[in-house]
Amino acid sequence: MIKPRQAAPDNGEERAVFKGVALPWVFLLPTLLILAVFIYLPALRTLKLAAYKANVILGTERFVGLANFAELLSSPAYRQVALQTFIFMLLTVSLGLLLSITLAWLASRPIRGAKTYRLLLIYPYALSPAIAGTLWLFLFNPEIGVVNQMLGAAFHVKPRWLDTPLLAFGLVTLAAIWKGLAYNIVFYLASIQNLPGDVMEAAEIDGASPAQVFWKVAFPLLTPITFFLVFTNIISALFDSFALTDILTRGGPYYHNAGITTFLVYQLYQDGFVNFKTGAAAAQAALMLALVAFVTWMQFRLGEKRVHYGA
Amino acid sequence: MAHSSRPHSSRHRGEWKTHAALSLAVFLVSAPLIFAVIKSTQVSSDVLSPKLMPGGAFLDNLRNVWTDAHLGRYMLNSLIVAFCVTTGKTILSLLAALAFVYFRFPLKGAAFVLVLLSLMLPTEVLIIALFDLVSRDLKWADTYQAIIIPFLASATGTFLFRQHFMNIPASLADAARIDGCGPLRFLTAVLVPMSWNTVGALAVIQFVYAWDQYIWPLVIMQKDDKQVVQVGLRKLIEVGGQTDWGAVMAGAIVTMLPPLIVFTLLQEQFSKGFALTEDK
Repeated sequence: MIKPRQAAPDNGEERAVFKGVALPWVFLLPTLLILAVFIYLPALRTLKLAAYKANVILGTERFVGLANFAELLSSPAYRQVALQTFIFMLLTVSLGLLLSITLAWLASRPIRGAKTYRLLLIYPYALSPAIAGTLWLFLFNPEIGVVNQMLGAAFHVKPRWLDTPLLAFGLVTLAAIWKGLAYNIVFYLASIQNLPGDVMEAAEIDGASPAQVFWKVAFPLLTPITFFLVFTNIISALFDSFALTDILTRGGPYYHNAGITTFLVYQLYQDGFVNFKTGAAAAQAALMLALVAFVTWMQFRLGEKRVHYGA
Repeated sequence: MAHSSRPHSSRHRGEWKTHAALSLAVFLVSAPLIFAVIKSTQVSSDVLSPKLMPGGAFLDNLRNVWTDAHLGRYMLNSLIVAFCVTTGKTILSLLAALAFVYFRFPLKGAAFVLVLLSLMLPTEVLIIALFDLVSRDLKWADTYQAIIIPFLASATGTFLFRQHFMNIPASLADAARIDGCGPLRFLTAVLVPMSWNTVGALAVIQFVYAWDQYIWPLVIMQKDDKQVVQVGLRKLIEVGGQTDWGAVMAGAIVTMLPPLIVFTLLQEQFSKGFALTEDK
C-alpha cells in the first residue's frame, strides 16, 4: 500500500481533454473486470458461504443463517485468538513505529556515512515474511540455534523458545517488528527529508536541544505519516503475520483454548483448509472484512479531521 | 579541556552517540542475515556447532536444495509469477489512471469508488471463496494463471499514477491533443517518460509483494512443479527427520536475492517515488 496523498491542488486546470465515452471504459475494463471477478465476487460469495454449513464427508450443504457467527462469537477459542491478535497488533504497531521513527531520525542527521546507514536500514524491505520465519526458526532452535548456544555458554540456560507460550508469543512479536522496520523507515526517511530544514535550524539556533527539536518541532510535523503508518501496520499485523507464524510456530504452543500465536488469519486458514469447516471459516472471513472496513473507515474519518498534510 | 567553549563540541559528542546507536541498530537488523550467510557456507557438522567461521561449502549446500529439494524449480516459478504480476499491474494501473485523469465520462465517480473499495478486501480474507471460485468454477488449480491473474489489478498503482498525472500540467495534454496525438500515444510518449520514479517505486513494491505471496499459493498449488519459492522454503524445513540447516540457509539466501536485486537497481526511483509523494 502506498500513502494516499491529499488531492492535488486544483488550480482550475481541466485535464479531461480527450473525447470519447467508450474509450475510458476500454482503459478501465481490465482493472474493473479483475476486481469484479477476483475481489467483489469472492466477497459476496464469502457472505453466502458464511450462512451455510458444509459436510465434507457427505458433500452436503445446509443453510444455517447466522448460526456460524453465533458459534464463533460464543467460542472461547475464537475469542482468545481475537484477543491475542489484538495484543500482537498493539505491540508490533507501537513498538515498531517508535523504533522506526527513532532510527530514521538518527539516520537523517547530517553525519558522516548517513547514506550508508540509511541503505543498511532499508534493504531488509526485500526480505519476505517466510524468510524471516525461516531465519528466526534456526536462530532460536532450542538445541542448535545460536541464541541458545550463546545463552547456554554464558548463563547455562536454554529456553524452549517455541514451546513456551509466553516466549513464543514474544518471539513472534519481535520477529514481526524486526520484519516491519525497513518498510516504516522508508516512509519516515522520505518524510523527514521533506521537513522544512530552516524551521529546525531556527529552533537549534534558539538553543533547543536535539531532543527538543525532535519532540517539539519534527514529531508534530511527522504526524500525518505516523498516522498513515499506524493503519498500514495494523493491516500488515493482521495479514502479513501468516507466513511468519506458519513457519516459525505453526500457531502454537497451546495455551488455554488455542495456540498462543494463532492469529485471526491463521485460524481462518486452519478452519478452511485443514479442518474443512468452510462455513465457520467464511463467517470468520466476514467478521474480518467488517474489521478491515472499520479500520479503513477510521483512517479516512480521522485522516480528514486531523492531520495537516504537506509543510 | 573539560569544557570547551566552542559550540561544536556538544554536537560532536552527540554525533559519536548517533554513530554508536546506528551501528548497533544496523548490526541487530542484519545479524540474522549475517548468521544465515555464515551458516550457509559451512559443512553440516559445523552448521550445528556454535562455530561462526565461514566455510567453503556454500555451493555444496546450494546444490543440495537446488535440485534435490526443487529450489531451482520454485525459483523459476516465482520469477515468472513476479515478473508477470509486476508488468501487468503497471500497465493496467497506467491505463486506469489515464482514464480517470484525462477523460470525462458518466459513472466516473462510481468506477473510482469501485477501485477504492477494493483496498478494503485483502486476498487473505477472501481466500475461502476465492479458492472455491478458482478451483471449482474456473478449474485453475495448479496453474500459473491461478496465482497471476487475480493479482493484476492494483488500486494502489491506479491511485499513485492518478495522483502523479494530476501534478503534470494540463497544458501538456492540450498540446498533445492539438498535435493530433491520441490518448494511448500521449501515455507512452509523454506520460510514461515523465513517470519513471513512480513506475520504479511501484515496480519495487509490486515485485516484492508478488515474490512474497504465501498463503494463496499454499492452498491453490497442490502440485510441486508449479509451487512458489516461499512455500518451497516451508517444505525444506519440514522434510522428515533432520533438517539440513546449511542447505536451508543457502536456499534462504538465494531466495532473497531477486527482490534485493530489483530493490538495488531501482533504489533511487524507489526513494524518489516516495519523496515525491510529499511534494505539493
